Amino acid sequence: MSKTNTEDYLRMYTQMVRIRAFEDNANQLYLSAKMPGLTHMYSGQEAVAVGICEALTPEDKITSTHRGHGHCVAKGANFREMFCELLGKEEGYCRGKGGSMHIADQGNGNLGANAIVGGSMGIATGAAMSAKMQKNGRVAVCFFGDGATAQGLWYEVMNMAALWGLPVIYACENNGYSEYTKTEEIAAGSITARAEAFGIESFEVDGQDVLAVNQLTQKLVERCRKGEGPFFMNLKTYRYHGHHVGDINRDYYRAKDEEAEWKTTRDPITNFGKWLESEKIVTTDELVEINEKIRKEAEDAVAYALDAKYPDVSEVDMHVYAA
Amino acid sequence: MREITLSKAVNEAIAEEMRRDPTVFLLGEDVAEAGTPFKVLSGLVEEFGTERVIDTPISEPGFVGLAVGAAMTGTRPIVDLMFGDFIFLVMDQLCNQAAKTHYMSGGKLNVPMVLRTNMGATRRSAAQHSQSLHALVAHIPGLKVAMPSSAYEAKGLMKTAIRDNNPVVIFEDKLMYQDKAPVPEEEYLIPFGVANIKREGTDITLIATSSMVQVAEKAAEILEKEGISAEVIDPRTIVPLDEETLLKSVRKTSRAIVIDEGHQSYGITGEIASRLTEKAFYHLDAPVMRMGAMDVPVPFSPALEDVTVPTPEGVAANARKLCGGELIHAA
Repeated sequence: MSKTNTEDYLRMYTQMVRIRAFEDNANQLYLSAKMPGLTHMYSGQEAVAVGICEALTPEDKITSTHRGHGHCVAKGANFREMFCELLGKEEGYCRGKGGSMHIADQGNGNLGANAIVGGSMGIATGAAMSAKMQKNGRVAVCFFGDGATAQGLWYEVMNMAALWGLPVIYACENNGYSEYTKTEEIAAGSITARAEAFGIESFEVDGQDVLAVNQLTQKLVERCRKGEGPFFMNLKTYRYHGHHVGDINRDYYRAKDEEAEWKTTRDPITNFGKWLESEKIVTTDELVEINEKIRKEAEDAVAYALDAKYPDVSEVDMHVYAA
Repeated sequence: MREITLSKAVNEAIAEEMRRDPTVFLLGEDVAEAGTPFKVLSGLVEEFGTERVIDTPISEPGFVGLAVGAAMTGTRPIVDLMFGDFIFLVMDQLCNQAAKTHYMSGGKLNVPMVLRTNMGATRRSAAQHSQSLHALVAHIPGLKVAMPSSAYEAKGLMKTAIRDNNPVVIFEDKLMYQDKAPVPEEEYLIPFGVANIKREGTDITLIATSSMVQVAEKAAEILEKEGISAEVIDPRTIVPLDEETLLKSVRKTSRAIVIDEGHQSYGITGEIASRLTEKAFYHLDAPVMRMGAMDVPVPFSPALEDVTVPTPEGVAANARKLCGGELIHAA
């Protein structure tokens, strides 16, 4: 194993653990009634965000979703500003004005989460359009769930992206559920075939396998930069929690056995950790150390955010219009 | 001074800004070779090429969404929405995305885009190609809304809109595209939020937008013959609104009619009338009156369509009543 690969692998592992740690703490903040509002947990889907974002530069753009903490962390965000945003504090990425569903971190190329399902498909495609016009070689990745494939906007923007050869990758995080409904009950035909119908080269990939996701994304990003985009990825994955943190009793649409099976046999972090050990890239102790360090980092950030101050009420009508 | 059509004024404004700033581009249905159904953009593709004058599929939410993303990442798109009625199709991209991005991101992301579209009935185009829907977008914080009333305003407001760092919606009256007005050869911009006093008067203030400015001016001419002196004011942008100029006029004249081609109910006539009443109550000698389009879908038949929008005679009749004190007793 080369050193470079080792560093990449450890960073991918670390970033996945950071997402899980962030979500575990966010969930606790909700359960202990310390967080205003609701939030949508990304846990279980970490290999998708990390595998993709590790193939991007900070200048490349992503658009995120209501289930977006994973994308935000994977694109390079800090825990402190993220927890501050979740708690509506002044030091949050959006000065507390966006919250969980609208975190944007433009410094790292995250154009923002979106609370309208599929609402960012135009934005991502537009970012790719401007990249092509400005000839800056940037790529845009549009994250969305399988539920969002029912939105008409996707078909409109795929048509234009394909017509104009835009450097955009449509990444469908197919966790099998559209909010509280199995997607197979509301989706006719094949989602992948829908993208192919526009002449968009499409790929199906195991969204629990961070290396598979990363290797595919690296190739597609490279090809996008050469003007060969757009592309579509259908990433099979699983969300461990309900639609949002308050969706606890969900037997009526999803069996506990199914959840247990994904968690025990297909967890992206556990499985990648085992692989790292089996390849002698890290030892068990080193993995424990990484996990411990991140647990501490997250707890410190939560404590910091809980103590941080709210924005002054005078900020309420600030930022309605740009100067 | 030379006179040019409103259509030519818009075309010049866009061309000048595209020459000045390479990040400005146009997209929409039939904007390139066709130059739009109203031929407003004719000639631009020849100068700027298809990379900057982009024909899109008939996918309004899609191309408005693209403009939002392009605006967030270093360019200044001008979106052409062929008819104002199609604004209903793009509401999510315009009102949930473009309008809120700057605020939701705590001021980190900007959306410097222009959505130019049209308004105006009496073109015999029936209910889905005749609406004046500016009040819908004026209701949403984060959007600016401009309503040019002549070629002069159309050019100056468009240039300001393109340079603004916010999403701006411009409503051009499609019946005025061939109307000529004096427009200077040299460059000028019209700042947003500055109303224009078109005609000074002392007895009543007629506040009018877009093509209703002409209606108000004609009404003022009728009234003048009867010894009633009407002041006509064009707000030019309804967001931001130059409240001060309107208030100052009403404090002087003590009477006002607000005239606009949007439906009267829940429209901008009510909003402006309410502000005047709240802030100039003790200066008023009569209730502030609203004159919007009738609250009916725009009918096709000329016999029906023409009665749905305010006319000079109708405005003059109401002004007469207000100045004669009739409505005070009626109310």
